[in-house]
Amino acid sequence: MSRELLTGNGAAAWGARLAEVDYVPAFPITPQTEIIETLANWFESGEMPGRLVTLESEHSMITAAGAAAATGVRVFTATSSQGLLYGMEMIFSVAGWRAPFVLVNVSRGLGTPTTLESDHTDVLAARDSGFLQLHCATCQEVVDTILMAYRIAEDTRIRLPVIVNLDGFYLSFTREPVELPDPALARRFLPPFDAQNLRFRASAPTSQGVAVLGGSPYSYFRYQAHLASLRAIEVYDEVADEFEAAFGRRHEAIEAYRCEDADILFVMIGSFATKAKAAVDQLREAGWRVGLARIRLLRPLPVDALRRVTSGARGLAVIDQNLSMGQGGVLHSEVASALYGHPKAPPILASFIGGLGGRDISPEELYEIAAETRKAIDEGRSPLPRLLFTRDELREIRKLQAIAEVERNELEVKR
Amino acid sequence: MNETAFKRMKDLPSTHLLGTGTPMCAGCGGLIALHEIYDVLGPKSVFVNAAGCMTLLSVFPFTPFRSSWLYTSMASAPAGAQGVRDALDILLEQGRMPPEDDLDVVVLTGDGSAYGMGLSSTSSAIERGLDFLYICYDNEGYGNTGHQASGATPHAAKTSTTRGPGGFSGYKKDLFSIWAAHQPAYVATVIGSEPLDLARKIEKAKSLRGPRLIIALAPCPTGWEFEPRDSIEIGQLAVKTGIWPLKEYVDGSVAHTVVPRRRAPVEQYLEKQGRFAHLFHPQRNDRLLAELQARVDGYWDSV
Repeated sequence: MSRELLTGNGAAAWGARLAEVDYVPAFPITPQTEIIETLANWFESGEMPGRLVTLESEHSMITAAGAAAATGVRVFTATSSQGLLYGMEMIFSVAGWRAPFVLVNVSRGLGTPTTLESDHTDVLAARDSGFLQLHCATCQEVVDTILMAYRIAEDTRIRLPVIVNLDGFYLSFTREPVELPDPALARRFLPPFDAQNLRFRASAPTSQGVAVLGGSPYSYFRYQAHLASLRAIEVYDEVADEFEAAFGRRHEAIEAYRCEDADILFVMIGSFATKAKAAVDQLREAGWRVGLARIRLLRPLPVDALRRVTSGARGLAVIDQNLSMGQGGVLHSEVASALYGHPKAPPILASFIGGLGGRDISPEELYEIAAETRKAIDEGRSPLPRLLFTRDELREIRKLQAIAEVERNELEVKR
Repeated sequence: MNETAFKRMKDLPSTHLLGTGTPMCAGCGGLIALHEIYDVLGPKSVFVNAAGCMTLLSVFPFTPFRSSWLYTSMASAPAGAQGVRDALDILLEQGRMPPEDDLDVVVLTGDGSAYGMGLSSTSSAIERGLDFLYICYDNEGYGNTGHQASGATPHAAKTSTTRGPGGFSGYKKDLFSIWAAHQPAYVATVIGSEPLDLARKIEKAKSLRGPRLIIALAPCPTGWEFEPRDSIEIGQLAVKTGIWPLKEYVDGSVAHTVVPRRRAPVEQYLEKQGRFAHLFHPQRNDRLLAELQARVDGYWDSV
């Protein structure tokens, strides 16, 4: 085991290397490029056997990834944002091939407006695809989660591809100390991919991705994939146990931080949860009983674990770094559907949208979220969803608009 | 073409590999070509398919192939071929698969994919030097969805989206030249009604490595509006009139493999198809007929 200072992207490349992946179909997109550049160099120098091939689009990249996995090799790929959406047809298709591989998504806000910075609307668009989804908050988790993801994906009870998500910029470009698992230990934890009958061979012809006629066979195969996805909840826990035994680190499906006696819980995914942890510590010092539930396993959604972690709280503050236009926060509705009707569900469920396109969520905002949730608990009524935006931000936008108007007027005078 | 095993019609394979009972239309010129191609190609292959008529060849739980099959999407069959080929190469290189388990990777798409949505992924597969065979069955329209106009539709043809008196206002895209401009190992045009020419070309493609691409003109009874029994005759007329030049690109140059000694007038080909009926009824459209003839003459004058 060695300790290195790695970016989230570097950690993702190391995860693929330690997983001894055979094949990396690639296509560059900011902020993912460091991952494929690093892997390309390792393949080129012979430090990794196998090959990396640059396709002409993410649509082709994901097709090649699924096709190679269906031929029986271990595949890794990575994308972000517009790239994930460009390949979205194939995200849904390859999940149905039941060919396991790992795709790292480096989260970035979707156009329009165009941005390079982070939020989760991209990865949540893949929510219903059949890919499992694991969300990381630290660079260490990125390495560890990739190794765990292959174990879950390749398990014969599952056989589904997995998206491992990390936040663009906040994690992709942030250096953190990372314990790199010893390669021999990593190989013992994750042995070579045994594809079994998932393969194309002259001696054993097989048909994959075929059409069906009628709703019955269609439903049959869709239900099969859904049930396999649900099995991943228990398989995740088994893999987490084994990972802890091998490497001494435990990654729960839902990280519960100071939740035991908490009245108020922040509910989040991704790296901003580390900010919420700091806020929890501050609020605890001020005498507030606050905790954080960070969902790592979003698909399948570990409903029982979510109910267990939240059961003692009186109010949940769900902070969504995504926006489903006309509905609100996706995580908020996920949590609501998981808890609705459960006898121990917290009575208050509040929704906050923030952190879109790299916008920060400040400690003061987190305190305000906690205060608003406490007020709702006292009043016994869940508040309306809040879109985080400060007066200062609005003033800056107005300023830019004013500058643009002055510039345009000047140009028109000259003309 | 010297060293061919196919000198006469009786040299063509007498055992047929593709099974029967597929849901293709009666008289499908694409299926005829596929039968003939598959007999020469042999069963050690994996067909990587794009959305089109032939997607319905493999419908759960049946397949007419003795080979493997992977349906991908309309745009990305060549990328699927890339993934399969790369995976097979990795397994072979690392001794994880016996060499006799290797497969020819074959992309199978219609013209809708080949001429349009799939062109980018094809271009890139050629640029990467992918070792694969691409078969395009070209029925000159989006056949599977009711024959709307595609990038392969010929000028003046009526389709379900070009029903006006002039038919399709565009011109059939020259996919052969587009592919050949990439300088792949092999490009050829074929047609099921010329089985000997087709067999020799598949034989040659099979003997080469790298990107090898075949366009099979696929007379389409439902889309072109003719009786299924006339499919072969219409294919023969496509060649005799010079409308469908049989040619190949290899080693940097293009050669015509069948040159009609005296080209029949294009009218003979057009008048047999309902999609061109508006050129003859209610009255002859002499201007358009002359234009179509002139374009064919112009092509042959230039080669």
